[in-house]
Amino acid sequence: MRRIFVILALLTFGLLSYALYEGMVAAPTEQTMGEVQRIFYYHVPSAITAFTLFLINFAVSIIYLARRNQKADALAVSTAEVGVVFCTVVLVTGPLWARPVWGIWWTWDARLTSTLLLWLIYISYLILRRYSTSGQTPVIAAVLAVFGFLDVPFVYLANRLFRTQHPQPVYFGGPGSGADPRMTYALLMNMAAFFCFAALVVWLRFRLERARQDFEETQALESLLQPDARSPR
Amino acid sequence: MSLGEITRVSLAKDLRLEWRSKDAINSMLFFALLVVVIFSFSFDPTAEESRHIAGGIVWVAFLFAAVVALNQTWARELRNQVLDAYRVSPAPANALFISKAVGNFIFVAVLEALMAPLFMVFYNLRSIGPAYQLVVVAALATWALVANGTFFAAMSIRTRSREVMLPLILFPISIPALLAMVSATTAILTGEGAYRFWVVLLVVYDVVFTTVCLLLFETVLHAE
Repeated sequence: MRRIFVILALLTFGLLSYALYEGMVAAPTEQTMGEVQRIFYYHVPSAITAFTLFLINFAVSIIYLARRNQKADALAVSTAEVGVVFCTVVLVTGPLWARPVWGIWWTWDARLTSTLLLWLIYISYLILRRYSTSGQTPVIAAVLAVFGFLDVPFVYLANRLFRTQHPQPVYFGGPGSGADPRMTYALLMNMAAFFCFAALVVWLRFRLERARQDFEETQALESLLQPDARSPR
Repeated sequence: MSLGEITRVSLAKDLRLEWRSKDAINSMLFFALLVVVIFSFSFDPTAEESRHIAGGIVWVAFLFAAVVALNQTWARELRNQVLDAYRVSPAPANALFISKAVGNFIFVAVLEALMAPLFMVFYNLRSIGPAYQLVVVAALATWALVANGTFFAAMSIRTRSREVMLPLILFPISIPALLAMVSATTAILTGEGAYRFWVVLLVVYDVVFTTVCLLLFETVLHAE
């Protein structure tokens, strides 16, 4: 297991380095925005990774509610934590780009607001996990995950009425959309690299959570077997 | 006993308790009053523009005040292990949820009925759009707050520092509903804007989240 992890980590590191080179050096500079456009190669892959992780979190939360499978809960924690990190990257890189291009750091546009609210919802999910007394945490957290995910369409709809300032999708946007093939290549490379990186971190966090669950189980079992011995906790 | 009967008995018990103690309504009223006064210091409340921000202030005040009542919903049942007794009884869990949610709805509706005239006076408000629409929006918005609020209050009693926990999980989920109720109220007060869109959004929000609450309440109630 450890060897596979090291090999995957090395591969991910190589892919990230290559994608960094593609995004920063090989891809052509954008005509109107200039060098600052290159943040796009980090902003978009982070956003897609974060949304994918939240989607997985929703799916495994439902599996947990249906089957009470401990692995599903461990995966739910891992994806939520890593998803919040990637969502934070999106929220930080966005204003960095917006300041020189739009002239403002932040605007309450539909996509920005929705992402911020998504971030808030999953932060509250993590706070709930941290504060809840052990034993009931997975059930309550899974229920909140369902609520949080169902909230997303409402958040987006409610914000649609406000004027959207976020750039329209670059790809699949009808005629006139699309980008230089070198740019597309750099974006795809970064996307692949970010996905590998996220999968690696989630896997690590998942194993940690599984170890914690095993430890708790063993501890509970031991205290059952020796009722007079005080647990070290 | 049927679900309806259990709901009615449980609701009657809650209303009787509240009628005798007036714990929730008194603390909510005073809290909302404080919010009205404190907000009046942050801007000129009698100006003509106040109509544009009044919707936001009204609903933020009601939201904060509602949390006071919502936090007391289940705390009462924890004393003397009433909730544990309910768990082992064959009564359907949803009867308990519906009675608690309806009870909270009544408390918050009474608060709104008492506070609305005060807002009109203090903020010099006069509705340009038809005023009956405000009642529709208030009913939908209050249900959006108390259905999720009652549910999350049942979740937060399983955490440490539960009083703090409720707003932390309720507010992020309620933001789209809050946006809808504020925009609808402002649209009615100023007589401009898409009132209908927000009401439809509130209706859909109410239906979706009430359904999820009913589906998942038993799980939360029986979570050890």
